[in-house]
Amino acid sequence: MRRIVYREWRIESSRYWSWLAILAVVIAIGGMAALYMEHHGHWVTGMTNSVVWGTPHIFAVFLIISASGALNVASIGTVFDKAFYKPLGRLSGLLAAALLVGGLLILVLDLGRPDRLVVAMTTYNFSSIFAWNIFLYSGFVAVVIAYLWTMADRKGVPYTKPVGIFAFLWRLALTTGTGSIFGFLVGREAYDTAVLAPMFVVMSFAYGLAIYILVLMYSFEQDDRPVGALMLKRLKNLLGLFVSGVLYFTLIYHLTRLYGAQTQNIEHFILVSGGIYTVMFWLGWIILGSLVPLFFIYHPQHGKNPKAIALASALVIFGGLAAMYVLIIGSQAYPLEMFPGKTVVEFGAPGDIGGVVAPYWPSLPEFLLGIGGVAVALLITSVGIRVLQFLPESLADRVVDPHVALAEGRGR
Amino acid sequence: MTETKLTPLWRIAVGISLALLVLVGGGTVHAEAIGGFVVPGSKAATLDQCVEPTSEMRHYHMEYIRHQRNTTVYNGIRHTKFSLSGCVSCHAAHDAQGTPIPINGKGQFCNACHEKAAVTLNCFDCHATVPTGESWNQVMNPPPSTSAQPAASLDRPALDRPALGRELAQVPDMAEQEEFQKR
Amino acid sequence: MSEHKQQPDLKQSPEQPARRDFVAKAAAGVATAVIAPGVILHTAAVAAPRTTPVTDIKRWGMLIDTAKCADGCTACVEACEHENGLDLQDEPEGVKPLKWDNQRATWIRKVKIRDNMSGRMTNLPLMCQHCEHPPCVNVCPTGASFKRADGIVMVDRHTCIGCRYCMMACPYKARSFIHEQVVKKLTRAPRGQGCVESCNLCVHRLDNGEENTACAEACQQSGHGAIIFGDLNAPHGPLREALREVDSRQIREDLELNTGVRYAGI
Repeated sequence: MRRIVYREWRIESSRYWSWLAILAVVIAIGGMAALYMEHHGHWVTGMTNSVVWGTPHIFAVFLIISASGALNVASIGTVFDKAFYKPLGRLSGLLAAALLVGGLLILVLDLGRPDRLVVAMTTYNFSSIFAWNIFLYSGFVAVVIAYLWTMADRKGVPYTKPVGIFAFLWRLALTTGTGSIFGFLVGREAYDTAVLAPMFVVMSFAYGLAIYILVLMYSFEQDDRPVGALMLKRLKNLLGLFVSGVLYFTLIYHLTRLYGAQTQNIEHFILVSGGIYTVMFWLGWIILGSLVPLFFIYHPQHGKNPKAIALASALVIFGGLAAMYVLIIGSQAYPLEMFPGKTVVEFGAPGDIGGVVAPYWPSLPEFLLGIGGVAVALLITSVGIRVLQFLPESLADRVVDPHVALAEGRGR
Repeated sequence: MTETKLTPLWRIAVGISLALLVLVGGGTVHAEAIGGFVVPGSKAATLDQCVEPTSEMRHYHMEYIRHQRNTTVYNGIRHTKFSLSGCVSCHAAHDAQGTPIPINGKGQFCNACHEKAAVTLNCFDCHATVPTGESWNQVMNPPPSTSAQPAASLDRPALDRPALGRELAQVPDMAEQEEFQKR
Repeated sequence: MSEHKQQPDLKQSPEQPARRDFVAKAAAGVATAVIAPGVILHTAAVAAPRTTPVTDIKRWGMLIDTAKCADGCTACVEACEHENGLDLQDEPEGVKPLKWDNQRATWIRKVKIRDNMSGRMTNLPLMCQHCEHPPCVNVCPTGASFKRADGIVMVDRHTCIGCRYCMMACPYKARSFIHEQVVKKLTRAPRGQGCVESCNLCVHRLDNGEENTACAEACQQSGHGAIIFGDLNAPHGPLREALREVDSRQIREDLELNTGVRYAGI
């Protein structure tokens, strides 16, 4: 196998800077949206006492689980010794750190009192998953930076494997912790299940890889670097496997809850009668987010077409956001069931009406804050690949696969 | 900490405040006095100093208040000498009509120093800025009258409350507070 | 930070009467504000404010007899709103009324339920249930959501960062987030944008020596007497006597949270 050469991202200055400028504007708008929400209070958002976590949390949770998923590509190379994936490791680490920072930023800026972040950093309640996640998230960034160093510096090479294994375990813990934010909520029918933690892990594989594929294809295309058909085939097959995994866990998640009478009402709401949430589940999460990408990925012709693979990745990302929408918003919109066997006729005046789904519509500032977080992740990635050697010069077949190189050598 | 060595400018400022405090203590009370202000007739007006010597209050009042806050929230002890509502009831100025002026208003007791020292004042994000009863000196010395009606400035009907509650049910002048917010 | 270690998380199980009696006697010797057991304090004109830290000798709780809770009566809700300054909340300009209904802080709400089989209607007030094992306390990352030694579950606004995880965890929808800037505040009920709050059993009254909440008092005054407030740990106190009289249960009993608020007739 040839030695992999890494090079900085060398697109024209004008294109690079205008790309950065666009991102900076999006980030600035996101920041202004956060300031606006902070100044006026959360009443300007769609969030209420019924739907307490809104659009920012969709983006934040999506980015955070994608972050750990993006690191997976590096893990496959170092932990599972697949030489094929080794050239992809550096970008994988960078993307993971960038996505996590973007997601965390959204989460923090949505707090009621973001000025008290230092309180969250100094006072801990260790029975809270959130408190653990503060360590898991900040530790993740540190571990990934160490991991990147072992991959980039010759002195670090002996440590690549142990650090890689540690990073892999850490990322599993991180996604489990993120899933448990919801999974440990005993009071809510939609969440009170352990299957959420492994489901989030598999989701992170799929969404992180989808983002990785898109970033890889875009950055390579812009810089006229080749991505070989073999590499694309590997990546898209992996994506297909992960998306199927998400479908499997989705099935288990809903079957568990359909079986017991206690949770059948909310299942009926999500799957049949929930309006936007039902549409988002079937059309967003299942059809556009899973089945259509699988069709493209495994179709004999489309599966070889880079454009179709890019489209499939984009759809997986869309499906991921739809899944977060159903999981986070849909589950809160459905009223808490406190009186089994009884129908709530009135539930507080003032306040909401019992038995009625809580209204929620994403407001513009919430959405802009979420997009701003995505832009932060992209900005970190863009600057990173520009100034440091993250991207391999080529991912053409003969570079990544020793057999192809050998065959070419024989043919010559 | 925000303490620094006293510069000449500071010395002058402290001197002026002290002079004002002396004036106030001497009974020549005026609402417009910047900084040092003591409500006439309040417990503080009869004392030479605050609950601790003035210089100590100036340096450590935040420590006292922070300690008191935990005592109150976790231990349920509200009426010690470091209670924040005590600060407000003795140090909030009143206008010509006798309506209290928010203590964090421009030039008022808390604001005057905090603005000068550029230290953010967070207490009044949540806490009342005008005395609305339940302050330590009022509870310790309950007024003799039991038939008095709640404050007339309520913009809502007062519910019947037992004697202690009557003290608690007083609401500041809303127009005043809103005006302050606009400033 | 050690500030939050001040709350002893002591079990309040009723299986240790001997020890509790001993502690109670010992404390009675120390405390200055203790009155004869069973004496109801709300008749006293000026009750003594508390001078010693709260202990787990008492655990405050309630019994709500739904048979006595009248349809259409909102005395408890109004009393709570007045007592805790909730009626001082200003509807922000430009907010949709329906959304604001869902955004304003509400500590207690009247709930009307219909039995699916018999059609029987039941009315009840619903507020923070003051669990012995509160989910909101478990999930709070900073420990701002805490249980006081006397069983009151409340929020330390000084350390609440407004993450709203407690609202996700609460099975009773008892908590409210302050969505708007707050202009009008009462000394006894601080309130500010960006923090979470909920019913605290009128903790300022208890700390001042009164032993009744605004809602219970209003319910008594309106002649219904559906809410009995008292000490769950006092074996012969009015609350325990009442709990012995009627069959009561907890809402979401399946969660085994051992709530401080019990309901008869649901």
